[in-house]
Amino acid sequence: MRTSECDMVIVGVGGQGVILISDVIGRAAVLAGKPVCGAETHGMAQRGGSVINHTRIGCRFSPMVASGGADVLVALEPGEALRYAHFLSPRGVALVNTRPVLPTTVTAGLAKYPYLEDILAPIKAQCKRVTAIDATAIASLAGTAQAMNVVMLGALSRYIPLKEETILEALTQVVPPRFLEANNRAFALGKAEVE
Amino acid sequence: MREYLLGNAAIARGLLEAGVGVVAGYPGTPSSEIIESIVEGKGETAVHVEWSVNEKVALEVAAGASWTGCRAAATMKHVGLNVAADPFMTLGYLGVGSGLVVISADDPYCHSSQNEQDSRRYCQFAGIPCLDPKNPGEAKEMAAYAFELSERFNIPVMLRPTTRVSHARSDVEVADARPALRQGRFVKDPARRVALPIHARPLHTELLAKQAALEEALESAPWNNLVLKGNVGVIASGIAGLYAEEAVEELGEEISLLSLGTYPLPKKLISRMLEHVSRVMVIEELEPVVEEQVQILARTVNPNVGILGKDGFIPREGELDYLLVRNAIARMIGRPERTAVAGTASSILPARPPSLCPGCSHRATYYAMKKVFGKKAIYPSDIGCYTMAVNMGTIDTCLCMGASITLASGIRHGGEKEGICCSLGDSTFLHGGMTGLLNAAYNKARITVTILDNSTTAMTGHQSNPGTGVTATGKATVQVSLESLAKALGAGLVETVDPYQLDETMESFARAKEYPGLSVIISRRPCVIIARKKGDRPKPFQVNKDCTGCKSCVNFGCPAIEFDNDMAKINSLCTGCGVCAAICPANAIVEVI
Repeated sequence: MRTSECDMVIVGVGGQGVILISDVIGRAAVLAGKPVCGAETHGMAQRGGSVINHTRIGCRFSPMVASGGADVLVALEPGEALRYAHFLSPRGVALVNTRPVLPTTVTAGLAKYPYLEDILAPIKAQCKRVTAIDATAIASLAGTAQAMNVVMLGALSRYIPLKEETILEALTQVVPPRFLEANNRAFALGKAEVE
Repeated sequence: MREYLLGNAAIARGLLEAGVGVVAGYPGTPSSEIIESIVEGKGETAVHVEWSVNEKVALEVAAGASWTGCRAAATMKHVGLNVAADPFMTLGYLGVGSGLVVISADDPYCHSSQNEQDSRRYCQFAGIPCLDPKNPGEAKEMAAYAFELSERFNIPVMLRPTTRVSHARSDVEVADARPALRQGRFVKDPARRVALPIHARPLHTELLAKQAALEEALESAPWNNLVLKGNVGVIASGIAGLYAEEAVEELGEEISLLSLGTYPLPKKLISRMLEHVSRVMVIEELEPVVEEQVQILARTVNPNVGILGKDGFIPREGELDYLLVRNAIARMIGRPERTAVAGTASSILPARPPSLCPGCSHRATYYAMKKVFGKKAIYPSDIGCYTMAVNMGTIDTCLCMGASITLASGIRHGGEKEGICCSLGDSTFLHGGMTGLLNAAYNKARITVTILDNSTTAMTGHQSNPGTGVTATGKATVQVSLESLAKALGAGLVETVDPYQLDETMESFARAKEYPGLSVIISRRPCVIIARKKGDRPKPFQVNKDCTGCKSCVNFGCPAIEFDNDMAKINSLCTGCGVCAAICPANAIVEVI
């Protein structure tokens, strides 16, 4: 039997804003009166390393999603989507920002970064649906490339048991007022990507 | 009101709501955000909060405050407890004034640590009770309760979160902070404050006598929870309790379950479980602390009970996770295991190790160091961001805080004839390096010590230290001079360089290399993350057509330098440090105009 209402993993590269997404989701769940828990990556890995964040809505158990158990995988970077694709449930969906961030192993010429199709194909084999989004470009359209994570949050909002207005209310708690307008636009554009 | 709180923020709330008056700590993942959250929340109360110079200092400051009748806490990571072990082992004898809580955050799996020691063992060793939370909500309740327990039994109490509690988030009930209660008076009581042998002997007897009463008091704590069902049982401690509860729920079997969160362990609850079941699995991260107690109890309570645990079911190293626990329980009851989904990533995905930031001055320092000292030199290093420079060939050792200097000294005295140039950060030097430098001077170790002074404690999230001139709360304070300290500790040659000036830095290293005694190079350049936040953003650089594709800059290892079509290319991560321009033999790297 299920031990959580909705399990998600949010992945990316240290500094991309993974924690903001889960913080907004968590706060929104609290506003909605649902139990919520999650686990974050801090410390050494934050320095340009690969980061993963687990968030579980309607869950009173452990903060980590089991391998093969994620209803949604949100990836702020395509390679990181593949790195953590084993968390996806066969019935899960993956939301993938298509803009790569090259690891130092690639910039130094020690390894090659794979083609986007080669990254997405094995993810597609592991879950129900993959939605590829150029969230970095969309965020620039919204007014600031920094809001790439909020574009992905907008896309994610389609798949989680929380009302849009609750998520947006939580967003106002964490985004500085002067960036709020651009972030709201980013959210709406991201949401439109999965309409 | 409920808030979505980080475990460490929840612990800080628990301390504040219990009226804590003094909180002292040294940064260390996964514990650092406790002090930071106290700083954020302290507006409400008159709490004294500080980044101490190291963990021993922090615990002693907290103990002194406790002895004035002020609730006090010391925060650290598990390996910090080793540094604080000296006061920790004797404070159990001497006891407290008002409540004293030691928070030691463990890091199973070494997410950001050099080992995965289990602080519960320290508590057994010291006779100090330990509270082992399974989630942020429990951590907050326990932080507050720890003061009561400490005061009731006149003993320090440990709160031991792990990474998955400190860096978990969940919805936690919060209330107003309680004003810090301060008597503000040290009461002289030599028999309880002066650990002379004549005092220590009866205090040891007293400490041992307290254990049974502590156990009795903790037996009914709300974090020990027994549900008796079928004749197969699970005993799980800390976060393993959450995994076990979830597994029992998912499997839908009639499994008896005892979740534990307090030490000394509740023997009555464990005995009731042992009397009820024919087989029991003990599930805990790291050391078999619970399992050993269960085995001892079973001898008298139920010698026929089958006890499963570290012997083949639950690993003694690394961290547990849900599937591991679920499958161990499934194996015990003969249900099929659920296999983890195989990752497909490894075949085509490049690794993404954490690395020094673009423009990090440590990279420049190490480049200059290696140019001068050469490949054969020995490079002991230390704990900090700079350990990530391991690929540059200038990190030959990393043991514990401050050990670079002392290992270097030992390597020299052991007979090593090559050049020895060790390195450690400013915060690490002040934490544990000063005594080593003094020792190196006193005992005539001919080594070079490089202090990588980025004027912050960067790895753990940019905390202040005595070299930064500000306190934990951002107030201006004395800014100690590393140059004066190095000289006072006995270094013969002390030079300060700006690592972005490569030629000047190499000249200094060359003088240090030739110096016939103990030399110190202070390589000073503020952390690039902080500099950029403060608005220091020089023009970035670019590669022009003179590039010969020699890869000198690429091999420097800056994430801002790529290699594309047989030419170097500088990407948008460039911070304009200009070091690669100085390295380029073709002068092909120039400022963007």
